[in-house]
Amino acid sequence: MNRYPLWVYVTIAAALVIGFLYTLPNFFGESPAVQVSSAKATIKVDQGTLGRVESALKENVIEPTGVFLDTSGVKARFANTDTQLKARDAIERALNPDPTNPSYTVALNLLSASPAWLRAIHALPMYLGLDLRGGVHFLLQIDMRAAVTKRLDSLAADIRSHVRDKKIRGASVSRVGNEVVIQFQDAATLDQARAGIESAFPELLFATRAGDTESRRLAGGLRPEAAKRLEEFALRQNIQTLHNRINELGVAEPVIQQQGAERIVVQLPGVQDTAKAKEILGRTATLEIRMVDEDNSNPTALAAAKAGQVPFGSEYYEDRSGTPLLVKRQVVLTGERLTDAQPGFDNQTQEPAVHLTLDATGARIFKEITRENVGKRMAILLVEKGKGEVVTAPVIRTEIGGGRVQISGRMTTVEANDVALLLRAGSLAAPMEIVEERTVGPSLGAENIEKGFKSTVYGFVALSLFIIVYYQIFGIFSAIALAANLLFLIALLSMLQATLTLPGIAAIALTLGMAIDANVLINERIREELRGGATPQAAIAAGYEKAFGTILDSNVTTLIAGLSLLIFGSGPVRGFAVVHVLGILTSLFSSVVVSRALVNLTYGRQRKLDQVHIGNTAWK
Amino acid sequence: MEFFKIRRDIPFMRYALTFNVISLVTFLAAVLFLATKGLNFSVEFTGGTVMEVSFDHAADVERIRKSLETKGYHDFAVQNFGSSRDVLIRLPLAKGQTSADLSKAVMTAITTDDPGAQLRRVEFVGPQVGQELAENGALALLITALGIVAYLAIRFEWKFGVAAIIANLHDVVIILGFFAFFQWEFSLPVLAAILAILGYSVNESVVVADRIRENFRKMRKAPVNEIIDNAITRTMSRTIITHGSTQIMVLSMLVFGGPALHYFAVALTIGILFGIYSSVLVMAPLVRWLGVKREDLVKPVREKKQEAVV
Repeated sequence: MNRYPLWVYVTIAAALVIGFLYTLPNFFGESPAVQVSSAKATIKVDQGTLGRVESALKENVIEPTGVFLDTSGVKARFANTDTQLKARDAIERALNPDPTNPSYTVALNLLSASPAWLRAIHALPMYLGLDLRGGVHFLLQIDMRAAVTKRLDSLAADIRSHVRDKKIRGASVSRVGNEVVIQFQDAATLDQARAGIESAFPELLFATRAGDTESRRLAGGLRPEAAKRLEEFALRQNIQTLHNRINELGVAEPVIQQQGAERIVVQLPGVQDTAKAKEILGRTATLEIRMVDEDNSNPTALAAAKAGQVPFGSEYYEDRSGTPLLVKRQVVLTGERLTDAQPGFDNQTQEPAVHLTLDATGARIFKEITRENVGKRMAILLVEKGKGEVVTAPVIRTEIGGGRVQISGRMTTVEANDVALLLRAGSLAAPMEIVEERTVGPSLGAENIEKGFKSTVYGFVALSLFIIVYYQIFGIFSAIALAANLLFLIALLSMLQATLTLPGIAAIALTLGMAIDANVLINERIREELRGGATPQAAIAAGYEKAFGTILDSNVTTLIAGLSLLIFGSGPVRGFAVVHVLGILTSLFSSVVVSRALVNLTYGRQRKLDQVHIGNTAWK
Repeated sequence: MEFFKIRRDIPFMRYALTFNVISLVTFLAAVLFLATKGLNFSVEFTGGTVMEVSFDHAADVERIRKSLETKGYHDFAVQNFGSSRDVLIRLPLAKGQTSADLSKAVMTAITTDDPGAQLRRVEFVGPQVGQELAENGALALLITALGIVAYLAIRFEWKFGVAAIIANLHDVVIILGFFAFFQWEFSLPVLAAILAILGYSVNESVVVADRIRENFRKMRKAPVNEIIDNAITRTMSRTIITHGSTQIMVLSMLVFGGPALHYFAVALTIGILFGIYSSVLVMAPLVRWLGVKREDLVKPVREKKQEAVV
């Protein structure tokens, strides 16, 4: 009665072999490597890049332990960190001759040192979370209201040029709150213009309200579906922008993911210079070009503006040197029209400067504006987190065509570099704010791994000893089953490439401690059957059979708790829940099937079994 | 080796009232501490910034406090973390200053005093995220509780579901009571530990309930009290061994896991110890009080279909 058919043994053996193979990569550690990936959408990393990396290394007499190409780019391994650093510099020089405009991201990375045949069967080590490998984690929240406001502002500008084109006279357009309001000269013009505006701007919903006709105004807000589209676009655009910015930082395996409707998770493993990372990510600079309010640029008006009496339609700023300035609210051009920004120097003054290149539309608008406003001043603003800063406000000397613009204005070289980087990385569709941040130093990460590993191993050894002393031979079976559970769990986590965190390691330890419950239940049942006078073979069979229902029930309740943690948990708790849930599932197999197989192999074939070693069953 | 040589069933049910009074008193004490002292929530829930700074010598907590005070910070906490060389600094949410600026400013303040200081970890949580985490945590607790009641109600009987969840929520409240009384930091891992314990302790109730059902079938003549007594006595050995085994693992975490896992392991320890008591000695009397009957668990045997018999 205590025999398994052959296929069960074969299945268990296969599971153990597969479990062993996929657990194996975790023990090889990591070797230093350099990773080359594309920094620009137009540049592909391919065999050619691989060749260039190889020849760059050869030229500098650096011996890699392996160079290969995969989906994330070209990777080259090295024997130690010294050669890794040398190789990084060599590759950087070869691939990015112009360091201010890199085509490739050359980053330091750690690769699994497991042999090639393991990689070939996709046996990879578990992916370590930031708390174990060190790095930065950000949760960014997009300010969707700002995105809507921005869109309405630009729609207002479009309507303005629409009424000008249609020669509707005396109409003024402005944004009031979440609406664009058009004020007409008389009711007849409103009626005439309404249909035209409605069809030209389908994004807006113009409600008819009592009193609108009398007051000769037309007011419209974004349609809900347009607002939704806008939010989705803002999210995508911001993710793209973050990608570009992070590429400039040179991080090996960044994670940039959407979370919910308006949040983005950014994880930068191994980043040491967290301050720089935060600065680049946290800054949400966009460029705005506006006209200076020349009508009110006299000292009295400026003094009044400084005191808080800003003329309608203008905003008060002080430029970098502290000169007061009134700038019109109406935006002529935004950073969206920008195709490139490079740091450099002014041809005449040799001052640090940023050279901008505009796209065709931008170039046309810029040409028109400069033509119409010769002799007037235009302000170039860098807007960060809703606050504008006038970088420079030059006088327009001539019409500027061709879309090439230069900003200079008391910047240092470093500032020029940063401004160019921020502008080049693309403007964000909406400002973002860091709502959660976690930075873990690399030494703390290594310590966390060690502590987690130690507590699991020592706990496991102590538990196994206890169970063996208490249940003797059956204790050995239970301990082996528990070891199998650990093997399956780690193999499964490695296969799924789940992210292992410190709470995840804690969950491994805890799950092992809980999984032994099943074997305790079984062993106690067997003892009880023996005390009741059953023969050893019958006691074993009955023990497993009767305990199974209870094991299933208790695992289901644990699973309910695990699943609700998985669904509602976030961050560290999620890592815990994933391991916990998987561990419960593997423990069902190992503690029931694997331990039974061991028992059956040992005792199943003995026809006359007088005694089994399961500790004391003498009483009663 | 054998720990339990119990020859006769222990008459637990005779002392049911005593157990219930003990439970009620500890429960009320826990509620009292929760109400008066409240939980010491970590930044994950309240929002704010936590920085872990390590020094190459024993850290002078007082000096760090002073230098932060002179920089104009208030409502912050500085304490040793794990070892005398590591320091944890907690800062409340500051308006108008980003986390990046804040941690940088604090580090500058510290390193001017002590150039050997090293920033090990920064954690910043905005107020909105904190509130969401708290809400989600409460929701997870609620769903777990409902899920377990529903499962036990289907698998056994609603009386068992209700009794088991009351017994185990009583554990949860007691763990929270400990955290309130000692003002230990209540963080996300602690919440995870509590939910894990909730699922785990219910195992106890399941095992006892299973036995009660089995006894109703086997001991046809016995009164309900005797049936419950027998069920508890029979499963007691297993309860102690299982909890002891789990506690070995948790103890290992407590000893070797370092400060990051400390309160996680503490919550588990309290949960395991009270779990033994409550799931057996709280749940069973409750089931009794709810009036469990043989008919609740032993369904009348249906007549087997004739064609199935060969």
